[in-house]
Amino acid sequence: MMRTTLKMSLVLTIAALAACGEKPQTLGAGKTDAPPYQGAENAFAVSGWKAGDKTSWEQALKARTLNTQNEYSKTK
Amino acid sequence: MARMKFVCDAERCIECNGCVTACKNEHEVPWGVNRRRVVTLNDGVPGEKSISVACMHCSDAPCMAVCPVNCFYRTDEGVVLHDKDICIGCGYCSYACPFGAPQFPAAGTFGVRGKMDKCTFCAGGPEANGSQAEFEKYGRNRLAEGKLPACAEMCSTKALLAGDGDVVADIFRNRVVQRGKGAEVWGWGTAYGSKQAGQPPEGAKS
Repeated sequence: MMRTTLKMSLVLTIAALAACGEKPQTLGAGKTDAPPYQGAENAFAVSGWKAGDKTSWEQALKARTLNTQNEYSKTK
Repeated sequence: MARMKFVCDAERCIECNGCVTACKNEHEVPWGVNRRRVVTLNDGVPGEKSISVACMHCSDAPCMAVCPVNCFYRTDEGVVLHDKDICIGCGYCSYACPFGAPQFPAAGTFGVRGKMDKCTFCAGGPEANGSQAEFEKYGRNRLAEGKLPACAEMCSTKALLAGDGDVVADIFRNRVVQRGKGAEVWGWGTAYGSKQAGQPPEGAKS
């Protein structure tokens, strides 16, 4: 009787702990997106900056913003 | 670099819908989905004002907060993007968004609601930058090509500005100073500082 009880408790313990081995099920985890300064896999990139160089990308984008959207810089 | 931001100058917008057309064309957005729209207040009344509205890429985005499957993410540039492979098309984000940015294409035979689609600030999505897969799901990734969003670059009056928030703010502030009015609007002091040179001259019309 004692042995049966021990076996049963062992089985129940194993069954209860089995859930601890489950893989995490977090939603939305593991999303990876390459930053834009890494460049694009096509031939449409504009010149003036180097793919992978964050500083040059930022400078090129800033210059593009000022040159194309600020007409006051053209009138001076 | 600060966060990427849109600003629409209501004094310049002429409701031409060029931004809407540029966006639809650049990303080949499906019929019935408008990532960008032009909203006109007091339409037909003298003094009407129009602004171009899309996803504002909020710093504390409500869509991100309510999404039950956590499909949204924010890039280092402050652009709010989402993963269509995770989106379940529930529509919670459209209820949470104050700008009506999330769009749902009618998909399938019975026109059921498809996965959410919205403005990406021309930054694509989690697929490889500039890849065909990215284009088909999210549209073109112009930022990775060294360009700015097509809507702003195509704006004929330059009412719609897009880019680094600091640079865009400088351009807009300069305009207000040049035109001599606009600094009296609510929030100007918060945005630019009440002591800055954007204050209108005495007696300037508003």
